[in-house]
Amino acid sequence: MLHTINKSPYEKNSFETCMRLAAAESSILLIEDGVYAAIDNTKISELIKENPSNFKFYVLEADLKARGLDKNSLIPNIEIISYKGFVKLTVENEKTQTWL
Amino acid sequence: MKFGILVNEGPYTHQASDTAYHFVKAALDEGHQIYRVFFYHDGVNNGTRLATPPQDDRHIPNRWSELAKEYKLDLVLCVAAAQRRGMVDPDEMKRNQKDAHNIADNFRISGLGQLIEAGIQSDRLITFGD
Amino acid sequence: MEEQAESGIVKKFLYVNRRAPHGSIYAHEALEVVLIAAAFEQDVTLAFIDDGVYQLKKNQDTADINTKNFSKIYSALEGYDVEKIFVEKESLDERGLKEDDLSVDVEIISSNDMKKLITASEVIFNF
Repeated sequence: MLHTINKSPYEKNSFETCMRLAAAESSILLIEDGVYAAIDNTKISELIKENPSNFKFYVLEADLKARGLDKNSLIPNIEIISYKGFVKLTVENEKTQTWL
Repeated sequence: MKFGILVNEGPYTHQASDTAYHFVKAALDEGHQIYRVFFYHDGVNNGTRLATPPQDDRHIPNRWSELAKEYKLDLVLCVAAAQRRGMVDPDEMKRNQKDAHNIADNFRISGLGQLIEAGIQSDRLITFGD
Repeated sequence: MEEQAESGIVKKFLYVNRRAPHGSIYAHEALEVVLIAAAFEQDVTLAFIDDGVYQLKKNQDTADINTKNFSKIYSALEGYDVEKIFVEKESLDERGLKEDDLSVDVEIISSNDMKKLITASEVIFNF
């Protein structure tokens, strides 16, 4: 299953709730202000690195670039994808839960 | 694959409508079908034909209209949400005795049943909101 | 709508409610979707998570803010064949709420069961 998060983890609990309620092995795509969760050396980066539920993390490139970020800012192993990759994830996963 | 798209926010204030547009465009480029784009809550404001954004900015309502024309997309504004927010097509203008309508080309106003139908008929329902 | 009833497709619809009522219209308009959807005879489940649990708080009175008190509709949902209403226990606990504080008969479930509920659904609505 695919989960998308579009909120900064410092603004709203969408990221936290997704971490609690997404099933193990889920794909998690960070978009819009959600991309701020992908940055390394933050309050939450350890949680993503420990990754006890074995999630696969993705981040939308266009939103990353727009916010002055690139792969050097990110936690290792987060995959950067295009809108085409976003579409592909929604095809590969039978459903998408949008954590607004 | 058939996609249903739900857009819950209006243009400009939130990124949701932009993200939805880029997603829909990418899906069409990949050869997928968009069963319907349903606009709910403030999302109905995407259907105005009276917006005049600065020339160096994107024109969100026109962009949807043009994409709909090119790909024969079904862009639906929820009637209940539209009535609350003053989005009016010629039929609604007559029905509610208004002196104008403001809906952009290739949008239509219809009931919430159209969203449920999109959920039933599409292979995927993807939500864009805030 | 008749056309839909005839289509014979029944999917597992899940409505995820995560917003408090009154401060924004999302909860109210989400409820309008649930009511309309009832006519489509789908397999409907409502989930209340995070601030969404405040939607079910007893004794809401909107008279002084002059908005529609839609909280009364939740207890009428059964009449629309919407009977599966689940509330996440962690969300209630975090907010100091108990089952007695709620206006409707609901099933209070753990995060783990909520996780399963989301996984088992077919069409998910978020507003």
